[in-house]
Amino acid sequence: MTATLARGPFADLAMRAQAGEPVGAIGDTRREAREEAFARFTAVGVPTSKDEEWRFTPVRYLATTDFRSAGVSPRVTERDIAPFLIRDGEFRVVLVDGRVDPSLSRMPRLAGVRLVPLSDIGDTGSMFTDSLAAGNGTIEATPFAALNAAVWTDGAALYVGGGAVIEAPIEILHVATPAAANAVITPRTIIHADQMAQVHVIENFVSLTDEPYFTNAACEIIMSDGARVEHVRIQRESRAATHVGITTVHQAGNSHYRSFTLALGAKLSRHNLHAHLDAPNVETLLYGLYVGRGEQLIDNHTAIFHDHPDCKSWEVYKGVLAERAHGVFNGKVIVRPAAQKTDAKQTNRNLLLSDQAKIDTKPQLEIFADDVRCTHGATVGRLDEQQRYYLRTRGIAGRAAEMMLIHAFVAEVLAEVMQSQVREALEALVHAEMDAMIG
Amino acid sequence: MTSSVETLVNREYKYGFVTDIEQDTAPVGLSEDTVRFISARKNEPEWLLEWRLKAYRGWLKMTHEPTWANIHHDPIDYQAISYFSAPRSQKPLGSLDDVDPKLLETYAKLGIPLSEQKMLAGVAVDAIFDSVSVGTTFKATLAKSGVIFCSFGEAVQEHPELVRQYLGSVVPASDNFFAALNAAVFSDGSFVYIPKGVRCPMELSTYFRMNAANTGQFERTLIVADEGAHVSYLEGCTAPKRDENQLHAAVVELIALDGATIKYSTVQNWYAGDENGKGGIYNFVTKRGKAMRGAKISWTQVETGSAITWKYPSVILQGDDSIGEFYSVAVVNGMQQADTGTKMIHIGRNTKSTVVSKGISAGRGQNSYRGMVKILPKAHGARNYTQCDSMLIGNRCGAHTFPYIDVQNSTSDVEHEASTSKIGEDQIFYCKQRGMKTEDAIGVIVNGFCREVFRELPMEFAVEAQKLLGVSLEGSVG
Repeated sequence: MTATLARGPFADLAMRAQAGEPVGAIGDTRREAREEAFARFTAVGVPTSKDEEWRFTPVRYLATTDFRSAGVSPRVTERDIAPFLIRDGEFRVVLVDGRVDPSLSRMPRLAGVRLVPLSDIGDTGSMFTDSLAAGNGTIEATPFAALNAAVWTDGAALYVGGGAVIEAPIEILHVATPAAANAVITPRTIIHADQMAQVHVIENFVSLTDEPYFTNAACEIIMSDGARVEHVRIQRESRAATHVGITTVHQAGNSHYRSFTLALGAKLSRHNLHAHLDAPNVETLLYGLYVGRGEQLIDNHTAIFHDHPDCKSWEVYKGVLAERAHGVFNGKVIVRPAAQKTDAKQTNRNLLLSDQAKIDTKPQLEIFADDVRCTHGATVGRLDEQQRYYLRTRGIAGRAAEMMLIHAFVAEVLAEVMQSQVREALEALVHAEMDAMIG
Repeated sequence: MTSSVETLVNREYKYGFVTDIEQDTAPVGLSEDTVRFISARKNEPEWLLEWRLKAYRGWLKMTHEPTWANIHHDPIDYQAISYFSAPRSQKPLGSLDDVDPKLLETYAKLGIPLSEQKMLAGVAVDAIFDSVSVGTTFKATLAKSGVIFCSFGEAVQEHPELVRQYLGSVVPASDNFFAALNAAVFSDGSFVYIPKGVRCPMELSTYFRMNAANTGQFERTLIVADEGAHVSYLEGCTAPKRDENQLHAAVVELIALDGATIKYSTVQNWYAGDENGKGGIYNFVTKRGKAMRGAKISWTQVETGSAITWKYPSVILQGDDSIGEFYSVAVVNGMQQADTGTKMIHIGRNTKSTVVSKGISAGRGQNSYRGMVKILPKAHGARNYTQCDSMLIGNRCGAHTFPYIDVQNSTSDVEHEASTSKIGEDQIFYCKQRGMKTEDAIGVIVNGFCREVFRELPMEFAVEAQKLLGVSLEGSVG
């Protein structure tokens, strides 16, 4: 077993992850799981552009980069993180270079909620036992997900008890410091919303450094009957960073998952969002926005698995690309024979603001059931000349008109963020990015 | 519903009969000798033999068929195929009376009016019986306007300069596994040349028909429309019932020079195999056109046959202001698999492409649309509209879409829409209320679904296609 750890990229990382394993209640089983996951990763390795899933996203350089483990992180203060927080609420977990910083985190013990560092959770009789088990099947989804399962350092573990309704959003802030330079950061998040629970979660990836580093994040969301989860994921890492992330969602009957993904940062970013509709009467809403400029590559892959009847999925992803930015979108909707009465709609719209900007979009439907309503649409275009003309006739011209049209373009998805304070914060963030873009 | 689906799959293939004519067949297997044999039999010039051999050597280096398509089949033994067969009676034919009566009978069964009636219909027919053209009509009329319409073999003898100039210029021999195989062993096909500014006086048509068992068909079609020329070409096919899988790897190349128009229509109804997926044609075709400045290439296809269809008629929009179109109806039933679609490569400025694809899945068929729209950085003002709709009949079939959209400049507009739905029970109910039989109702609804494609077909083809669709889906809903 250990032989597999000695080979290939990230091998020493895997060894260190094992060596640093806390000796405790779950040490042994987790060690085995890490070894298995690493073997799965090495079996596939870092994908090449010949791999259909990675055709437009060149990540091969990750295999040849000499990543080291993160050094000793400098002290991060309240003042450092304040500009990045979306909602400075009563719940927050702050990870510095992949490890929970308890002094910056707020994890109060309130009725119905348990929020702890992932490295702290015990293994017997824990409310997370099921959650951990549920995640095992999903780590196969991408090689990087397997790598994460092998070498993750820490993360947030959130359990929301049956019937609990948590209004205040729970924010998980991932901060990379200069100590992360040339290192891999591997956080893992687990969220379990039990029956009829309701919760809002914000994942937020930010940088305090301009050095290159590689974030390889994973998030598992398990939803029991009737649970409702709103999940906002913001990626605004430094332009030198590489960000690869996967979110897998498992939904039980009558549950409602709503996601908003915002990708602004990183030199190269890739997010896989996989929603498994594991029972009838499930609703899944995926909204996304990606804004790129410079040499950025932003890749979003979503997959919605309809395995049961009477489910509904709705997806809208929008992209704005300027300068030499490259956007990639791949949306899969898979409707299995049993999933009769499925209602699935997927839309991907892209705005190209420069002649060097580029988009590869692949909206994909795989349908094996007949009594379904499934549609998808994709568009690529520039700012509409007629709309510009209309504005010009009303005295709004040039940059102001462009801004207005772009704001309108992104508003459709931003408006889908449920909590108004979160939405306003995101709007401010996106508009600032637009200002920088149009300049 | 199930019982009617069974009725459907149990239905006999209507065109399954074998004509008993002696064949002059190459020995089974593939080697450089096979390539030389074919080339020698066809009395080809040295350069063409070299071209074939180069293709063959390239093919040897391609170790396997493309694996990306959503199709499944047992491995093909390329050494178990006979690569050449030609009907025996090969003396030059002056009129139809000289044609072997058995051949004429076959055409009659297929309903191909290879006779004077065709003159009234305004259609010249270059009928292909297995691999060699045996009867070509209306040559005189066409010759008057300078149109060359002949078998590929004839073109090699009589117009070698044209063939040499354009052969492989759109689909190079190294393009893909099946194109390379075709380039090495192609037996015959059609050649069309429309001179500058000429509007072809009639629709050109080729009927393909596979006959000899164990004979792969490797047709090669080359159509060149010179500047400002206009041509409409029809291709249709049926094949006799066979147990062995027959491999068909054709190549079609279209060249539309400045301001020319080529319209290429296909009705494909080859044997699809029995209810267990045994037998049936493997239809692995490479079709591509190149449109120069202001030219237009339009593909229309109705695909109802074959066990497996692997086919992506594409357009390279090379010249400014060129236009590409693709209209397709693909039907799968029984155990059929289809992976078909198009590629629109926009290179020139203000190029436009339209893609309308209608997929119908029934029985245990799997139907995939796979398309690519690529707008290169210099294709300013390019425009694409794609619509692909799927209809599912029964819940043992599948409909899949794999559209790739790749846009590399900001002055282009690309739109893609797709939908999947089931044949509406309320629509059927409405029709039945008005005294229609269920099957007629389905026919009406499905024809309505495919309307946008059928109206692109030449009249006589449109009628045939509608009938074919009705037959293909008989009893699929009850």
